[in-house]
Amino acid sequence: MTTAVSAMAERSIWSSGVTLAVIAAICASLVALTWQLTAERIEANEKEWLARSLQPALAGLFFDSPVTESMITITAPHDLPGTEDAIIYRVYSGEDPVAALFIVSARDGYAGPIRFLVGIAMDGTVTGVRVLQHRETPGMGDRIETHKSDWVLQFDGLSLRDPEPRYWAIKGDGGQFDQLTGASVTPRAIIKAIRVTLAYFEVNRDAIFAAPAEVQE
Amino acid sequence: MAAGLIDRFKTGLWRENPGLVQLLGLCPLLAVTGSFVNGLGLGLATLAVMMASNALVSATRRWIQPEIRVPIYVLIIASLVTCIELIFKAFFPDLDRALGIFIPLIVTNCAIVARAEVFASRNSVVTSIIDGLVMGSGFALLLMVIGAFRELIGQGSLFARMDMLFGGEPVRGLVLVENGWLLLVLPPGAFFSLALAIAAKNAIDRRRKDARRPLPRRARSLNR
Repeated sequence: MTTAVSAMAERSIWSSGVTLAVIAAICASLVALTWQLTAERIEANEKEWLARSLQPALAGLFFDSPVTESMITITAPHDLPGTEDAIIYRVYSGEDPVAALFIVSARDGYAGPIRFLVGIAMDGTVTGVRVLQHRETPGMGDRIETHKSDWVLQFDGLSLRDPEPRYWAIKGDGGQFDQLTGASVTPRAIIKAIRVTLAYFEVNRDAIFAAPAEVQE
Repeated sequence: MAAGLIDRFKTGLWRENPGLVQLLGLCPLLAVTGSFVNGLGLGLATLAVMMASNALVSATRRWIQPEIRVPIYVLIIASLVTCIELIFKAFFPDLDRALGIFIPLIVTNCAIVARAEVFASRNSVVTSIIDGLVMGSGFALLLMVIGAFRELIGQGSLFARMDMLFGGEPVRGLVLVENGWLLLVLPPGAFFSLALAIAAKNAIDRRRKDARRPLPRRARSLNR
């Protein structure tokens, strides 16, 4: 009696297992097929997105190599803003270096780190600032995005000589930059991070362009 | 058939709306409805997963032993969501970035597993697909309504960034006023909006019931 019951139970476990395996195989092939059909497009999208988001920070420059071609990583800890590794794209016109594009993050935003791009030309002037990722308050701090306001555009063409470092602050703190209505923490964090990045570039410019480029897949 | 279909849609969109009445899938509902386009995007993705999962569950229902049905539903839904995620990444990359983790999290939308268990495991493939369409539309419609409401009050605009779904240059949509009442875009606004939607539905239902009340008792019992 008991053996009959356990034999039956065993059979049902086996058949359940087989059903599960067959369905798992079908599902896996479905995913594999979709991946096959979309992989190429997804990769192209990601490359395009990266290039598209880097481009605006290099306004007014002439360069003929793809922006993402020559990348170096500065491993943390470093003197740049942020506690994670910083990424620098070096931009060339022919053999001549034209600018460096930094991806840094300001840690002292209102809600978590603000990851953004700073493009710096060889003479130390800002070619563009663009925010990549943030969690600032919608309607207030989020006006650091270009499609919400022009705030980040005011840095274009500035350097540590114009204005002097002590004026790299919001007007409320004695500096020369407008704050965002209702938000001063976010602008403060970004201005400080740009200033620190500019100072880093001034000191390390030659080292940045001397470093060997990293091989990318 | 047509009358039956209309009735099914009334059930999915109104009487048993997965979000409004069954209160299923609230996490994505509350989290992504900050704007109309987000609601529409996640609504469509959920709808697609629901139809496909209902179809697969129904097609395999004869071979699935009851003891292992739940892991199989999970398997089917998880694979379908992965496929949808890949499709979004390939064809709507901006929307995918805007919705972020909530596309993969469709797996955890209990409205989908509920339809698999309650309906698709007991009905034919065609009726199960229709059920997925109906219930998915109910969920998607609610996401769109709440998204539109929050965007309108919270940001003063409507249909901003529709380019994420239809391509082209970024659009600002219909801008009615520059700044809205921020609270509605923030998380509490999601709860308020859902509460308002549920309250509105209940109010409408009650009014309808009151309108029907004057019927003579006899007629009502005959109706049943």
